[in-house]
Order: sequence, then structure tokens, then C-alpha cells
Amino acid sequence: MAEEKKMFSATGNQMVADAMRQVDPDVMAAYPITPQTTIVEGYDKFVADGRVTTEYVNVESEHSALSACIGASAAGARVATATSSQGLAFMWEELHIAAGMRCPIVMANANRALSAPINIHGDHSDIMGARDTGWIIMFAETAQEAYDNTIVSFKVAEDPDVLLPVLTTLDGFVTTHAMDCCVMEEDQTVKDYVGEYHAKYPLLDTANPVGHGMFATLGDGYMKYKYTQREAIEGALDVIEKHGKEWAEITGRPFDLVDAWGTEDADYIIVVLGSCAGNARFQARQLRAQGKKVGVVRPRVFRPFPAQQIVDACKNAKAIGVIDRSDSFGSAHAPLALEVRSALFSAGVQIPVNDYIAGLGGADITLAQMEQVFTELEQCAAGEAKKSITYLGIDE
Amino acid sequence: MADFNGENYENWKPSDFPEGYVCPEAGTSVNCHTGGWRSERPVWDKEQCSNCMLCWVYCPDSSIMVKDGEMTGIDYEHCKGCGVCVTECKFGALELISEAQAIAEEGE
Repeated sequence: MAEEKKMFSATGNQMVADAMRQVDPDVMAAYPITPQTTIVEGYDKFVADGRVTTEYVNVESEHSALSACIGASAAGARVATATSSQGLAFMWEELHIAAGMRCPIVMANANRALSAPINIHGDHSDIMGARDTGWIIMFAETAQEAYDNTIVSFKVAEDPDVLLPVLTTLDGFVTTHAMDCCVMEEDQTVKDYVGEYHAKYPLLDTANPVGHGMFATLGDGYMKYKYTQREAIEGALDVIEKHGKEWAEITGRPFDLVDAWGTEDADYIIVVLGSCAGNARFQARQLRAQGKKVGVVRPRVFRPFPAQQIVDACKNAKAIGVIDRSDSFGSAHAPLALEVRSALFSAGVQIPVNDYIAGLGGADITLAQMEQVFTELEQCAAGEAKKSITYLGIDE
Repeated sequence: MADFNGENYENWKPSDFPEGYVCPEAGTSVNCHTGGWRSERPVWDKEQCSNCMLCWVYCPDSSIMVKDGEMTGIDYEHCKGCGVCVTECKFGALELISEAQAIAEEGE
């Protein structure tokens, strides 16, 4: 922290590729897809240039990419990959298998819309499809945070008390492709932080043969085992915070499970995930200058969900607006709103919540939309009813 | 982690399971007798057999028993009766019969 670090411009994808280069995993199996492509393209160049020792496996699909990663992880390797959108959707069955087999794979996801209609731009439709698979899921707001989250992800995934795969995500184009001011730690700093990985039951340890991917169809073994997965991911929240704080200590950059801005005295709070939190805070500052007490809450970790931290940040508000970047069709609430409402309800906190959906398929999330939300929260606290979900920025 | 003991598996607590549902012992499928799943049974005619090993290649359950390059029989403790060996045999050395009938005849 003492010495001045060199600041440079980079995209989120470059920062993720460099984070992975500094960790230098044993195996990467990946398939390119917009807007993730420059992560794996960049990493392939590191391999070609001899800057990493990683065995890079070119595969014919994302289904094969994650399958190869699971095999490598079971063999005892440190493994990383990256994907996006349809690619993540194509990995769906392997997502469950990786978590169930407790493979500590680190996968970057460039959050993007899902077809149909075809759309290559940013939203959270893809990643929310992975929310119940057993993976730890982190959301970066900036390229810098994508870098930091990716490094912390290895430490968390491979922690003997966790041993779960981690999705380190960044929003398509806004974070993956936009140039941002970044700093990078020394390679050795990263290597020292993540340390060496020693798998507990490596298949390649032929002196101690084991079986992976076992059968649990008879009796209640499957159910008992699933209980252990729930315990593992619930317990991971403290581990994420511990390793995140350790990285923050090294880098001087903050790491909180939930980034709470202005919440100490805020009457009206917006809760968002990922890149659009900056717009929410910018608008909140404008309103603060006008004397309005507003705040912005951004979970950096979505799975396991930091429910208590959300409640602590929001409990004194008069109204809360949750902005989702995906919908959960047929549910009364979109994914983030559902979590926030559940957290408040379970804690016995009764605060009116307005649900919003914004930025689907890369639609602009504007300051005017943020202002609209804060205005409607004031109206909501004054007792004005509002329909359950508002799609921001369109004439419904 | 509990010492691996298939006999006590039913009484394992969640905390007894190794991470990843790993089986800490290899080759344990030999102890899992799947022959009881059969509704049809392949029967081998040694006289017709040319030891081409096509059935051995295709059998998904490693149930074609071979010694010194020659077939010695079928492992009925593990053969699930899928019949792929019968389909692949080019020499009429394997045929499928009803498992119920085979058991009844064995009982006589």
C-alpha cells in the first residue's frame, strides 16, 4: 500500500485474463463466445507466448469445456475457464456436477442476455440461470473489481472449508469491453496470496485410488449429501469475507460482501448488482446535494446471498427499490428482488419494496431511470401504491 | 471422513460423507451385483465361438470373461442382460433367453 502503483487503462476482460495469468492454473478448457472472447483469446496468447504453464484445451463446445474442467479438477489440477450467455446455458448440467463433485473451478462469466430474440449485450439473464446450481457467484462493478474478485475466487474455491466452484462475473460490454483505470499487483504477490493447490482426492494419485462421480440412487444418501452442499455454501460466506479482507489488506482496495453507500441515514435505497451501481450512486450524489437522504446497496456476492448484510444496510430505510437486470418469468419478483424481500421478511423488517427491471439486452440504464426510482420510492413511502414490477425505460 | 465401509453406509450422517461424494476406495463396482436387473439372459455356445472378442469389446459391464485370449463365460453377477453381445456376435455363439425361464429351469 505504501508505494505508488502504476495506473493504466484496460478492459475488464483484459484484467480477468491477467488475473488468471498471475494465478497460472494447471488447466484451462474454454470455448470463445461474445462478450467473453477476449478473456480466452488473451489467455491463449499468454500460453502461446510461454508466459504461463497452463495446459490449454481447445474444445468443441461449452458443454465440453466445463466437462474437461471437471475431469481436470477431479484429477487434482487447479482449473479455470470462462464463458457467457448461451455458453453458460449450454454448461447447465455440468454446473451442477462441478458443484456436487466439489470441484473448485474458477469460471469468469461475461453476463449477457439469452436468446430469443438473439441479443449479445449485457444483462443478468444468463448468470441468474446458474443461481441454484451450487456455485459461488460474485458480481464485479468495474474492471478493477473483476480482477480482484477473480484472484479472491481461487483462494475461496480452493479453501479446504469450501471446495466449491466460483463464478466471477462482470457485465457484458460495459465492464468486459469498456476501458477503465486499473492497477495490477505483482505476479509474485498474487502467487503468494493464492498459494499452491493440493487436491484432497486427486485421481492422478494412483497410490491412493478413489472413485469420483459416484452413484447415490438408493436410500437417502443423495439427500444427506445435498445437505452437505447447503452447509458448504452457507459456510462459504465467512470464508469469502476473510479472504476478501486479506486481499484488501494487501492491495489497499476495499472488499465488502455488500457495498453500502450512504445507508447510515438513507430514507430511500436502491439495491443493484454489478456495473450500473455507478449510475445509481452518481444520481444519489446529485440528490444528496439537494438534501435528499438516499443510498445505494450493491451485493458483491450473490451466492451465498449475504442476507444479514443486506438487512443491516437497509433496515432503517423508508422504502427500497430493487433493480434487476433479468426477469424470473412467472414469479412475482425478479431474482435480486426476491432475495432482498426474503432477507427483510426473515429478519422481521417491514419496509415497502418496489421492483424494477432495467437494462435487459444491453438497454441503457440511465440517470433519469435512477431518479425515477428514487422519486417513486418517496411516493411509495408516502403510501402510494405501485404495480408489482416496472420495466424501466420503456413505455409499458 | 468415515472409514469407507459399505455396510454402514445407510447409517452415515451427512458429516461422514467425503467432499465430492468421493468413494475413497477404487474398484468397488465389483461388489455391486447388478445381475438381478436382467429380464433376459445371454447364453454362450462355446462350440460356435471363434473368440473374435467383439462381445468383449462391446459389453458395457465388462461381463465377458476372458482368460489367455479366449472367452471363458459370462459374469452373470454383473451382466444386466442388455443383449448387445448377442447383437454383435457374427457366429451365432450367443443367444438371449428369458431370465425367468432360465431361473425356473435352474430350479428344476
